[in-house]
Amino acid sequence: MSVAFDEKVHKTLADANLQLAIYRATARLIDHRKLAVTATALPDYQELRTQANALKRHTIEHLDHYLEEFEANVAAHGGKVMYCQDATEVADFVLGLAKERAAQLIVKSKSMTTEEIDLNERLEHHNLESVETDLGEYILQLAHQRPYHIVAPALHLTRYDVGDLFARTLGVANETVPEKQALIARGVLRQKFLAADIGITGANFLVADSGAVVLVENEGNARLTTSAPKIHIAVAGIEKLIPRAQDLAVFLRLLGRSATGQALTVYTSFLSGPRRAGEIDGPEEFYVVLLDNGRTKLLADSGKRESLYCIRCGACLNHCPVYRKIGGHSFPWVYSGPIGAIITPQFMGIEHEPSLPFASSLCGACAEVCPVKIDIPKVLLELRAEVKQAEERGGKNRLERLAFKIWAWVMCHPRIYEMAAMAAASVAPSENGKWLRSAPAVMNLPPVRAWLSQRDLPPAPGKSFRELWRKR
Amino acid sequence: MAQRVSIFVTCIVDQLFPNVGLAMADVLERLGYQVDFPEDQTCCGQPAFNTGYRAEACQVARHFLKVFRDSEYVVVPSGSCTSMIAHHFHDLFPGDPDVQRAANELRPRVWEFSKFVLEVAGVDDVGARLEDVVTYHDSCHALREFGIRDGPRRLLANVRGLELREMDAAEECCGFGGTFSIKFPEISGGMAGTKIDSIVRTGAKTVVSLDSSCLMQIQGALARAALPVRTMHLAEVLASR
Repeated sequence: MSVAFDEKVHKTLADANLQLAIYRATARLIDHRKLAVTATALPDYQELRTQANALKRHTIEHLDHYLEEFEANVAAHGGKVMYCQDATEVADFVLGLAKERAAQLIVKSKSMTTEEIDLNERLEHHNLESVETDLGEYILQLAHQRPYHIVAPALHLTRYDVGDLFARTLGVANETVPEKQALIARGVLRQKFLAADIGITGANFLVADSGAVVLVENEGNARLTTSAPKIHIAVAGIEKLIPRAQDLAVFLRLLGRSATGQALTVYTSFLSGPRRAGEIDGPEEFYVVLLDNGRTKLLADSGKRESLYCIRCGACLNHCPVYRKIGGHSFPWVYSGPIGAIITPQFMGIEHEPSLPFASSLCGACAEVCPVKIDIPKVLLELRAEVKQAEERGGKNRLERLAFKIWAWVMCHPRIYEMAAMAAASVAPSENGKWLRSAPAVMNLPPVRAWLSQRDLPPAPGKSFRELWRKR
Repeated sequence: MAQRVSIFVTCIVDQLFPNVGLAMADVLERLGYQVDFPEDQTCCGQPAFNTGYRAEACQVARHFLKVFRDSEYVVVPSGSCTSMIAHHFHDLFPGDPDVQRAANELRPRVWEFSKFVLEVAGVDDVGARLEDVVTYHDSCHALREFGIRDGPRRLLANVRGLELREMDAAEECCGFGGTFSIKFPEISGGMAGTKIDSIVRTGAKTVVSLDSSCLMQIQGALARAALPVRTMHLAEVLASR
């Protein structure tokens, strides 16, 4: 694993307060989801998952068709669809539009897609102020941090952390009551909403048959972002499409429940185009930026393209025992947890952090709770095989490969397997859990050392099963 | 004549936990089966498969298929190894229809031990007795790839003298994960820590599971923390009297 990853993991595991914060927050989300999908709360839960998977599969396999349909319907409502290859193209589009309209201030609602392309940093680099308006995202913007979690971005911070941060950055009194902290943020952000020229949001769903952007949220800031400024830009990955408005009956019932245990989030907004003649609110201009940024590469890969089905509910993070130990910031990209572990190598290339697909016990908790049934362990296994192929081509990790080649050969030759095992047993005295202690050479083998760094070895049995079986 | 079952004891039981294999054979014989141990068996190939070495996993899987080709039933004291054979062998040989067919034919004959006892032998009380307070750890692959949840608990509930106490994190991974445990020892160790905390909170004296690999991880962490809790495979519990 890379040194950076290793260090971040070590730091997170060593921080007892952080460990507790992560564990408690995820436990709460786990409990809420569990109650929301019981047989009484949602009798057709498994059926919905199957439908959601089928709908996503169908959409991803006919994405060209639905992209065109969506674009035509957005245009019919007076909006405009922009296709962007990467981060630079999105930033250039926003900067160009801001310049044309003499815009000074942007308000943003929570969007992983804009995090993915560092949109705020790119805009600020050109002196365009871009303010996050989701409370968690606002906190992180003040703290200059990336989201810790797809759904709960400031999950790792306590109310005391937030009190200190507000006092330091906003010059207010140190306030530790969350409701009062929300009021402080609201005071600042209301002024920003009123002064903003452009509102940027992400999209939870893009509905092809109605050209609509669907946003779910709990704070109302996304709705304000789309209606207070004169211009609304929604930035979304191309995989956010669904065919029909009626499909929302499947996805909206799964998303809130899987994410936070809510049957529906507090606000669900359906946005199709700018304000029309006679309407009293809504933006004057409406744009949907469709981002590729590596996604089309996955379309060609039938073994792994289900990674694009994700609706970003975050359930896989909450239930992942690895995420719950190493947290969100140990991951190399903005997407963390199991979904991050499968899309990071695919969007950015496996060479980016080749150890990432291996940082999983393959326990399958992620797949069990995924509302669109992405087989994350299967994709991790595929990625592991790809990493090993790439290592072979690049002549890397030769010792491990050699070890597995020898191992496989031994496993196909039972007599040699038995002799090798007996030889190994002979250097492993069966003294009540103390085996290997007398064999420093064996003790110092990296795998043995790694094991012993955390745990004891079991007492050596002295005789193998097959030896005992013969004597039976 | 008694029906024959072949046992695949798995490499970890063969080398480190032979008593688990003996206990499983014992229980099966008591249920009236004739137990056969094909001596050429070694491993299912999962270590290589999970580490990304597909060619090496294929080699070992082919050997496995050869050894158990004629077995009527293959009973395995591990949910994880059973899942490798039943779920992943099929995907290993896309270019070799003959081997793929052999894998598909074997699949319905391969059984995880507790599932075999309950569903093939049709027994949920094997007549075992063990004076103990135990807690049950759901091993991930048994739980999530075979949906094995209530069965082992039912078998345990019918053991005379045994009290079963549920732990809050029963379904949470112990952190073993094969080569994960040595590639990421700190994360793996942290996960084991969560698991043993949960075990200790129950006050149980023994942790029971379906997989010796999970138990090796849990036992190693318990021993390192000097906690007086022992580990037992379900087969060992069911063989107790």
